[in-house]
Amino acid sequence: MKKMIKGFQFWSIGLASSWLSLFVLVPSILIVIISFLSTDVEHFARLPLTFSAYGKVFDPLFLVVLGNSLKMALMATLICLLIGYPFAFLITQLPQKLRGLMMFLMILPFWTNSLVRIYAISFFLGKKGLINQSLQWFGLIDQPLNLLYSQFAIVYGLSYLLLPFMVMPLYNALEKLDHSLLEAAKDLGANSFQRFVRVTIPMTMPGIVAGCLMVLLPAMGMFYVADLLGGGKNLLLGNVIRTQFIQTRDWPYGSALSVVMIVLLSLMLWGYLKSSRSVNRKGGLGDSDF
Amino acid sequence: MPSTPILLKISGLSKSFADQKVLTDFELSIQDGEFFTLLGPSGCGKTTILRIIAGFEQADAGCIELDQQDITLLKAENRPINTVFQSYALFPHMTVFDNVAFGLKMAKVNSAEIKQRVNEVLEMVQLQDLAQRKPQQLSGGQQQRVAIARAVVNRPKLLLLDESLSALDYKLRQQMQIELKRLQRKLGISFVYVTHDQEEALSMSDRIMVMNKGEVQQIGTPRDIYENPANLFVARFIGEINQFDASVIQRIDEDHIEVAVEGADWVVKTQYPLHAGDKVHILLRPEDLRVTNVEQSQGKVHMLGNIVDRNYKGKTLDSYIRLPSGNEVVASEFFDEDDPDFDYSINQNVAIQWVTGWEVVLPYEGQL
Amino acid sequence: MTRIFRIGFIGLIFAYIYAPLGLLIVNSFNLSRYGNSWKGLTTQWYSKLLTNQSILDAAGHSLMIAVTSATVATVIGTLAAVALLRFNFRGKGAMSSLIFVSMLTPDIVTAIALLVIFLSLGFTLGFLTLLISHITFCLPFVIVTVFSRMKSIDSAIFEAAQDLGAGDGLSFRYILLPLAIPAVAAAWLLSFTLSIDDVIVSAFVTGPGYDILPLKVYSMVRVGVSPEVNALSTVLFAISLFLVAVAHFLQKYGLASSAKQQSTC
Repeated sequence: MKKMIKGFQFWSIGLASSWLSLFVLVPSILIVIISFLSTDVEHFARLPLTFSAYGKVFDPLFLVVLGNSLKMALMATLICLLIGYPFAFLITQLPQKLRGLMMFLMILPFWTNSLVRIYAISFFLGKKGLINQSLQWFGLIDQPLNLLYSQFAIVYGLSYLLLPFMVMPLYNALEKLDHSLLEAAKDLGANSFQRFVRVTIPMTMPGIVAGCLMVLLPAMGMFYVADLLGGGKNLLLGNVIRTQFIQTRDWPYGSALSVVMIVLLSLMLWGYLKSSRSVNRKGGLGDSDF
Repeated sequence: MPSTPILLKISGLSKSFADQKVLTDFELSIQDGEFFTLLGPSGCGKTTILRIIAGFEQADAGCIELDQQDITLLKAENRPINTVFQSYALFPHMTVFDNVAFGLKMAKVNSAEIKQRVNEVLEMVQLQDLAQRKPQQLSGGQQQRVAIARAVVNRPKLLLLDESLSALDYKLRQQMQIELKRLQRKLGISFVYVTHDQEEALSMSDRIMVMNKGEVQQIGTPRDIYENPANLFVARFIGEINQFDASVIQRIDEDHIEVAVEGADWVVKTQYPLHAGDKVHILLRPEDLRVTNVEQSQGKVHMLGNIVDRNYKGKTLDSYIRLPSGNEVVASEFFDEDDPDFDYSINQNVAIQWVTGWEVVLPYEGQL
Repeated sequence: MTRIFRIGFIGLIFAYIYAPLGLLIVNSFNLSRYGNSWKGLTTQWYSKLLTNQSILDAAGHSLMIAVTSATVATVIGTLAAVALLRFNFRGKGAMSSLIFVSMLTPDIVTAIALLVIFLSLGFTLGFLTLLISHITFCLPFVIVTVFSRMKSIDSAIFEAAQDLGAGDGLSFRYILLPLAIPAVAAAWLLSFTLSIDDVIVSAFVTGPGYDILPLKVYSMVRVGVSPEVNALSTVLFAISLFLVAVAHFLQKYGLASSAKQQSTC
């Protein structure tokens, strides 16, 4: 019997860990290695080891692209936060039965492919799309606005797609908020605004950071949004990475860019763990911030 | 007196957890139909013993016999023993009825009999109207009763209860203690009850085993434990105690010695082989002390003290008295509404005596 | 007063979320090709869709990948979650970290990581690599979902079952399984969603022979407006609504059946 349990234990853990090791851990290490390799016409990547890929990362032209990418991703994150926080808050105010339904309704559009939804947005924002038509109908503008093929469109698309990823951790954090803390603050003389700033926000900070984590980085990688809504002039980091692997075949450079993303991820994770600790929670798998 | 048959006999039980020895050569005998309590502070090993009896842990060495049958190696699911868990452990996806019926279902009892027995036991715990509810819909006290019902419906030879009442509030706890005791009497099943609450142990048990750090301190009836503690640990763990360290002046006869306590010489009763010069502990419960005015004590052996605090508790008046030696004692007396002298004031000088023969003498165990 | 405000705000957000989709659905019945104005009700785009074999193939492939990867990921992930819950072993912390980090890595990094390992191992890009990739990104989510839902169950109930006479098999059947099913179902649905929704990873790891939905739509959209896509989106949306309704019903029935088994007398 003990043997059977040991066997079960071995397989159940072994299967999952070997899968993840082979398809996540090892490849990640490979990428880091490749980022230090050189490239030429015949090979994607070859020795000798070099820093030239990272040199390209710090190229001023690229830094401009990176800066724009970061800017758009940050704006999308901000918009998601500004829309998502009040939304999550209002949902927690609803009676218990409705909450599940509301969250579900928010997730539902996910059941259509993201690309299809971006396509819908491109429609929506086009010269003859609903927004322009309504604005013209209300007499607010004469000529249709050039909404599409701009940074605005990309940000709109990113926030549209990633909103649920911001709302979920926020909702979890707000639900778990210990209301007796707010009552204690009230008792000690804090008004609504003060309670919000000094109690609610700090106590939900892990959720906020988690939400930003789940929006900012993916946003930088969503090349298809830039493709369809950006008109080819505005690029996200994801587009640059994609180009290296699909077109120019400069694998070291592409890998170096991915390493940059991984570094950013680590920084944000560190921020999350720090904020988690300050609110007295352990963070990690057991915690359902995500 | 004819001895009651032994239901459960444990001998030579040893158990270690990761190099930490929890039990060494432990022994225990439980009689048919008795309410037996394992009492001790957290970590003393009482829960481990219970789990070994139930079959959730295997002892490293030892023998467990139930009704003269060796069950040491028997799996938990095959033992005719049932447990009431501390967290109740009710199955959340089943109704109260299904929860209670589960053991019978596992034993392949036919459904007509299941129905009859489950309803019978639900009536016994007064939950017959809640049979269709889910555990989450019940209060703590109700869940507790479902847990008990689920265990007793199987008519086990032995029922184990692991700190079962610890999650309930005070009043409910008191009530449940009475109900549990009545249930045990009615069913006639032996109960082994684990708790760290000595009041609970005293009120419910036929016999108590006091434990500390894996070692048995004393086994006896509640009265034995309370009035004749075998050592300092038991004396201090059960109820409140006043402790006087004293030395023996002389031995008077087979049963009595003379000791010097707080500036006076007292004659006390003891079976221990003590001689002049031996150090002893003299122990007295707060209710054994008698406090009087200094004048009233003239002629009788007494010690002098000064009231530092008094606590009116309704039933009793607890007086905190400091003695010249610096020792502080507590005296608990029934509040006599008619005695004009009874209510002491702070800083009043009083005399303390005790009822002869009510003291406990223990050989010296070392500094506090 | 504030109540209206609140409902209004929530309503506004939902409008924001559903408007583009709603537009798609409406336009799928619109005679007008460009969707600028309503030209009349029609189902011609649906018929065109049904005859457009390449779109149907792509959609079918995506569904196939979603169902398969969700199922495989759920099996592997559930086993892992149960093991993590009940056993303590060396490297538990390392495994947890690996799962956690896999979940958070942006799709683009996952995508090229997978591309790199596939090419290093000599795989040809196609159905298999796509399947493996989808299982890979679903797996951590399955583990976390099952783990956290089952964690809240009082582990003493397994001992209680044993105490009441249930051996391992019966305990599994009557206690573990019924409690695990909602968690496992939730994990499967989550995996299915992630798979259907995926664009980035699929774009990198699939081959020319195996066309999938996002890429098909992508190429169609690049060429110009395509009303069949509207019809397709509507169909997909309807399917997902249906699946969720089924899941909801199953849940309701699952809870009800255990109440039917006994009587009141």
